[in-house]
Amino acid sequence: MDNKKIDYLIEKHNSEASSLIQILLDIQSENHWLPKEALERVSEKLQIPLTRTMHIASFYKAFSLVPKGRHEVHICMGTACHVRGAKRVLETVEDLTGIKPGETDVDMKFSLETVNCLGCCALGPVIEINGKTHGKISVSETAEVLNSYK
Amino acid sequence: MKIINLNIDGKIIKANEGMTVLEAAQSAGIFIPKLCHHEKLIPFGGCRLCIVEIDAGGWTKLVVSCVYQAEANMVVKTRSEKIDRIRKTILELLLAHAPNSLALQELAHEYGADKNRFEKEASFCVHCGLCVRYCSEVKKLNAVGFIDRGINKEISFIPEIAAKECNSCKECFPLCPTSYLQAVFVLTEALSFPEH
Repeated sequence: MDNKKIDYLIEKHNSEASSLIQILLDIQSENHWLPKEALERVSEKLQIPLTRTMHIASFYKAFSLVPKGRHEVHICMGTACHVRGAKRVLETVEDLTGIKPGETDVDMKFSLETVNCLGCCALGPVIEINGKTHGKISVSETAEVLNSYK
Repeated sequence: MKIINLNIDGKIIKANEGMTVLEAAQSAGIFIPKLCHHEKLIPFGGCRLCIVEIDAGGWTKLVVSCVYQAEANMVVKTRSEKIDRIRKTILELLLAHAPNSLALQELAHEYGADKNRFEKEASFCVHCGLCVRYCSEVKKLNAVGFIDRGINKEISFIPEIAAKECNSCKECFPLCPTSYLQAVFVLTEALSFPEH
């Protein structure tokens, strides 16, 4: 992510220090993670100490300080999904991708995260890939869905 | 500045309006234990050791004296069975993280805290924030900050700033109640700027 792009996102928020989280969220959604250079640039432009930016970037789970894969897989482990077999879905995804929650595979294809509720419990078990929800998913469907992502 | 009278442990004390209860007590030579308080820093209210009881019209209220403003005619108790029990538990919880801290052991002795009461979880840092706040508020260098949250919260140096500034300052070192800060600095130095 180049500085021009970062500067654009900062200016979109009028370079206000109070918009730090919004700016970081914008960079996160654009770039899928927050590189050190981006945090430094934001700190410098907003005149916020880097320690503070780091504190905030490491505090919220919405931010990632490590590179993410092209496709972000979120598996719901909430109560409703859990009783409907979210664990088996998770195991299948782990087997197919070879990664555990919080990790990214070597090809940078998938990043896996577990979440505690996606808010659509009637669709359990639910997985969400790149923001698209796949509900009532079975183990065999899981494989199909994952294979459809290149 | 307006002078107010308040009663701390039965003694009538004069204090300036706007002072915290802790400052008022200190100005009168009354000792209240504390870890995260430093006269040059904005009160933090992190360690809760300076908790005191105040009379709130017939019942008592527990307040953290370093962040509670002194009021006229306030009645404060700095020691009671209840306060001692709270301080003892706080100390025992802190000792689970930093069992060998001298500052904690001294207080533990005073309040009868048992350092083995809780299972040891040696994180060493007790999150008093003295180093972080001193670096930012007094030195304005922001070389060290908090990262992460909850049980994973820890202090971390920004290597680029630490390499430039820390060796000639190190003013935060004596503030740390557990010596963990020194350890983090040495580690940062070893990893990021060993030639200096």
